[in-house]
Amino acid sequence: MAEAAPFHFSSSVSLTLVTNRRATDLAELASHLREVSGSAIYYHTHHFLVQHQYLSPEPPNDFAHWVTNVLQEDRLGEQLAAIDMIQFRSLNLLRNRIVTMIDAYLEQRRELRTAPPGEEFYFRESVSFIMPTGLVAYDLSEFADSVERIGFGSLAFHFFDARLRLERGENDFSEWLRARGEDALAAAIARLDPYTHTMDGLRKEVVRLVRRRIAEQRMAEPRLEKSA
Amino acid sequence: MSMLDQYAPIVSQATVDELKLLARHLEGRRILTINSTAVGGGVAEILNRMVPLCGELGIQIRWDVIKGGEDFFAVTKRIHNALHGKAEPFTEHDREVFRQTTELNLGTMDLDADIVFIHDPQPVGLVNARSRRSDAGWIWRCHIDVSSPQRDVWEFLAESVNHYDAAVFSAPQFGRDLAMPQIMIAPSIDPLSDKNRELTESEIVTVMDRLKVPLDKPIVTQVSRFDRLKDPVGVIQAYKQARQYNDCRLVLAGGGATDDPEGKEVLASVHQAAGDDPDIHILDLPPTANVEINAIQRASTIVLQKSLKEGFGLTVSEALWKGKPVIAGAVGGIPLQITHRYSGILTHTVEGTAFWIKQLLNSPDYARRLGENGREHVRTNFLLTRHLREYLLMFLFLGHEQERVVQLA
Repeated sequence: MAEAAPFHFSSSVSLTLVTNRRATDLAELASHLREVSGSAIYYHTHHFLVQHQYLSPEPPNDFAHWVTNVLQEDRLGEQLAAIDMIQFRSLNLLRNRIVTMIDAYLEQRRELRTAPPGEEFYFRESVSFIMPTGLVAYDLSEFADSVERIGFGSLAFHFFDARLRLERGENDFSEWLRARGEDALAAAIARLDPYTHTMDGLRKEVVRLVRRRIAEQRMAEPRLEKSA
Repeated sequence: MSMLDQYAPIVSQATVDELKLLARHLEGRRILTINSTAVGGGVAEILNRMVPLCGELGIQIRWDVIKGGEDFFAVTKRIHNALHGKAEPFTEHDREVFRQTTELNLGTMDLDADIVFIHDPQPVGLVNARSRRSDAGWIWRCHIDVSSPQRDVWEFLAESVNHYDAAVFSAPQFGRDLAMPQIMIAPSIDPLSDKNRELTESEIVTVMDRLKVPLDKPIVTQVSRFDRLKDPVGVIQAYKQARQYNDCRLVLAGGGATDDPEGKEVLASVHQAAGDDPDIHILDLPPTANVEINAIQRASTIVLQKSLKEGFGLTVSEALWKGKPVIAGAVGGIPLQITHRYSGILTHTVEGTAFWIKQLLNSPDYARRLGENGREHVRTNFLLTRHLREYLLMFLFLGHEQERVVQLA
């Protein structure tokens, strides 16, 4: 097995900033979306995951939720909800996809529905604070134990912030496992769609995959001894 | 057991550990928080809990209160109403009273701290001292709905607000056009307070017995001041429509009718709308009736908050925390607390409210799921521990105002 550095668990917690941008219809939504910061895109596509983790897989992002429930544009709402977030390696690419989708829909529609007063879309931004948790794993067994203990903020950091805020390409767990030569396990975790799991469901799935791999290694060990 | 540890079984040990971790990054920083009263009102209630918790986390925090005469507090009461959008006279004399009281307090208060955290309009002018003193970070926390304030009053306050490093509002629609970052921090409920702690079945029965509300049929409740903006008459109309098909009681529990002439009028119109229906219970409770409110919410089958305008509407979180399905007006901070059809029901009309009362009474399984989801939503987002975490992050944000990813070493 390749030598690799231990895994240091970090955690992210976020503070929400209010912006002065608000939209009352789809045209305004698209226009603001072109200009807001990546942190605003991140907030509106990710805060649901931590704030409403018990609801998953239902409300996926604020744009889909607002378009469906306030503007009652069901078709576009469904499309926005179905955006395959795991495909996007940066917030800008994700922003472009959302804007393109709304633009395409607007081209076909003449009349714009307006949000009732009080239900306008208010853009917010997320400030992520990243801190080390002090938890360190040197092997798979310690890694599984730690994943069982970490808070949602830590899972969120290694799955969401690492990929999109820090643009690391893939989730931190898979990256670490790959460096240890655990390619199959890394790929299995990378294949999990964190956007359609609750945070607790995601944690259980990661732990299950890692424990299964540990069991496989243990099964393999005695056979190796016999053949030697 | 420390106060902080008492929250762990409710919000998880990981949540409490996270607070401890964050607090370590504030080591050595002296925080001063200032409001206008040590007792009474929501802000003092929060600070009475927050300040000792910060102390337990090892944060050096000091709480001070500004002093003022009756004339000053008469002016600030009008400022408060005007910020809520009610037309109020605001004269040059009022401005002078406000400025003089600020100066008097500046002369006597010790503002030496690394972070000065000011609540609401009354002490907002203390920031005028910052140029004369150290380079501490200043934060203004506005607990009021300032989405449509009286313009001259807001402009007067903005002269001071613009000298802060950050402003904090409770909901996104309360944000103003300001040069500094505006943070959104929602208020919270305390799961260990008398209003929200767990009650035994016998405690609930005793209270309801004392209030003379029989528990023989489903109870639909609204808890709120007797104020037109809470639409108590609309609640009675919705109840009467639903009542044609579903046998139930209505409890309207509130206060504010004793010292407020408008409250008295509203209460009279509520009695008139109720007529002689023996299943409508109108309870005018004193502000100290926390256990009573708790018991009423817990004894209810459905809780309403049919507000027409709302600051934040924390009674919604109180009811959701008790696992109750809530039907509420989609105003103010209520849509932050309820996601329609997931964690409660949002309505806009009397008819809609009546429709959903019937639906929920006839679909107890769905009603139970709404309540369960609501309770989990409150656990994650509207308990005191989340509020405390965001206050710690807000302190840490000072000095990083331009950053959106902050690495804490």
